[in-house]
Amino acid sequence: MSDHKSTYNPKSGFEKWMDRRLPLMRLAHDSFVDFPTPKNLNYWYTFGGILSFCLLTQILTGVVLAMHYTPSTDIAFASVERIMRDVPFGWLIRYIHANGASMFFLAVYIHMFRGLYYGSYKEPREVLWVLGCVIFLLMIATAFLGYMLPWGQMSFHGANVITGLFGAIPIVGEPIQTWLLGGPSIGNQTLQRFFSLHYLLPFMIAGVVILHIWALHVPGNSNPAGIDVKDVKKDTVPFHPYYTVKDGFAIVVFMILFSVVVFYFPAALGHTDNYIEANPLVTPAHIVPEWYMLPFYAILRAITFDLGPIDAKLLGVIAMFGAIALLFVLPWLDTSKVRSMRYRPTARYFFLGFVICGLTLGWCGAKNPDDALPFMTLSADQLVVDYTDVNGNPAQRFFDDYELAKQALEDQPASASATLGVKKGDAIRFIHLAQFMTLYYFAYFLLIVPALGLMERPKDEPDSIHKSVLKGKAKAPAPDGVAAE
Amino acid sequence: MSDMTESDHETIDEDKRDFVHIASGMMALGGAGAIGWMFVDQMNPAADTQAASSLEVDVSKVAEGGEIRVLIGGKPFFVRHRTAAEILSAQTTDVTKFPDPETDEERLRTLPDGSFNPAILVTSGSCTHLGCVPVGPGNNTGDYGGWYCPCHGSHYDTSGRIRKGPAPKNLPVPDYEYVSASVIRISL
Ligand code: HEM
Ligand code: FES
Repeated sequence: MSDHKSTYNPKSGFEKWMDRRLPLMRLAHDSFVDFPTPKNLNYWYTFGGILSFCLLTQILTGVVLAMHYTPSTDIAFASVERIMRDVPFGWLIRYIHANGASMFFLAVYIHMFRGLYYGSYKEPREVLWVLGCVIFLLMIATAFLGYMLPWGQMSFHGANVITGLFGAIPIVGEPIQTWLLGGPSIGNQTLQRFFSLHYLLPFMIAGVVILHIWALHVPGNSNPAGIDVKDVKKDTVPFHPYYTVKDGFAIVVFMILFSVVVFYFPAALGHTDNYIEANPLVTPAHIVPEWYMLPFYAILRAITFDLGPIDAKLLGVIAMFGAIALLFVLPWLDTSKVRSMRYRPTARYFFLGFVICGLTLGWCGAKNPDDALPFMTLSADQLVVDYTDVNGNPAQRFFDDYELAKQALEDQPASASATLGVKKGDAIRFIHLAQFMTLYYFAYFLLIVPALGLMERPKDEPDSIHKSVLKGKAKAPAPDGVAAE
Repeated sequence: MSDMTESDHETIDEDKRDFVHIASGMMALGGAGAIGWMFVDQMNPAADTQAASSLEVDVSKVAEGGEIRVLIGGKPFFVRHRTAAEILSAQTTDVTKFPDPETDEERLRTLPDGSFNPAILVTSGSCTHLGCVPVGPGNNTGDYGGWYCPCHGSHYDTSGRIRKGPAPKNLPVPDYEYVSASVIRISL
């Protein structure tokens, strides 16, 4: 914390000499050794350390991949295959990098849900939270750019769909799209700039991470009890060894999970289509982004209606970016002064609803929106013959049986220009679920969170952190937080 | 350092100081703008990318009932040779209730002699929703016999008009002309 006096005590002559010139050791000591940290942090608080590990892993493996990768449409795909087959341990480095992105997002989502649950974004940590949101946005951009690089079918057409979103913006949309792509469509020039930016952004993330930690170390950590440190002696412990060990342990557990994915399920999170080289003339049957983008993709597709002068396509884009933008302004939407949801009996149920909402949106994003939900088919699909009747008006006949439908089709004269189609039966479909969940997502931030702070009666918060820890010993504490995506 | 303030230079020319501040500030701003423009504009299409923007296609090579797909500047285009039934259904349906009403003839271009060849339909190959390439003859042609976009389920008819699904517009007819009875030139 910023008012904490430095306890660094340089011992050797060199340390003393250095301390008068560049007090780097002092900064490290005060930030990561003697930094007073609330003594009640649980394992949900270890994801910051895990995220630092993830960033380091991505940069390390990424820089090595860049030594073998060639950003050219002619050989990008082949160069990745060469990494997989010929480069010593190339397969391992690439699998770590590709799955590392997923692990990174897994950790960041848990980290963010943690922040939502314990109110980590509230006064005085608003800037800390906004910086976190900036990191999240940069991560999405970096992963999107990186996914283009192997130049597979999903790389190409996924990027095509996402850059196409800019085309939805009136007037300036098309010029912006051309400017981003550097041509009328995705081509070699696009791949090269994507590679350059994919190399750059992680270092910008690293820069924002430094600001993020700086902003953390001014007010100090929040904690599961949601109350301020009152007595540094009783309420806190030094970061080292208490949290270096706790974070270290969590990182090791995380690495085990990471290794299981890399060694046993390295392709489970990928798409087989991406092992087909990009072909601009053929779109894969089912374009799906990487899993960590699915909730936002579901929101994009959930908007199928126009709103006044805004057409559905633009509205979908606005909703998708709006969903992320809301995270940035959350500190000013929440009216409750109580940080931790431990003491917010109503809010915690809505929070649980929000976690379910995020997971469900992810599920909807992965599915074809027109498919029926499991067990939600109300009436079967029917065959329909469209034709022009004797008076020249369009007419239809419905059939359950293919033979009958085919017969009816053949019975019509050529002038009736009959066609055979399918009329979908009634069902509750993924699109409906996605629309409902999108509604909840926006309502959570814009209605529920602002209103709850005014209406809810919170439970009594403990007097101090050390008392809450002691009380926890006597009475088994309720499990906090809910597993996130 | 501190003896600067106690020096003889007590009289400060405020006007001169303001002038220097504003003048150098403006210079810096102008310079930043100019160099910024360079950095922004270099992302725009390069001359060689812009140059590769038209193509001639021999439409007599397209089999009836089939289509060929060409890329111009990386953008896909469909050249389809429609069957009699497909032409008929494109011409006879009432377009007034379509999301983007256009008659079939409005979507064709004249031959050098001024007549139409309704058998050949030329359209853009990117779905007007988010730019996927719809599938066509030989695959799934959707509920209206034209093209089907698998990305989010848009159905186009045999004139490339949007009939169902999230796409807002018909598959655009590109800028093209018949340079002879059987050769067209498509430009971006
Ligand atoms: C925030 C950190 C990063 C994230 C989230 C990230 C994410 C990704 C993703 C999702 C891919 C596609 C993987 C695949 O399917 O093959 C990729 C590929 C790639 N990345 Fe990164 N990356 C990061 C940092 C870096 C850095 C710092 C470099 C350094 C140059 C780098 C270089 C590459 C290269 C060369 C590829 C293409 C090879 C391949 O596809 O495996 N990445 N990245
Ligand atoms: S891109 Fe064709 S339906 Fe969305």
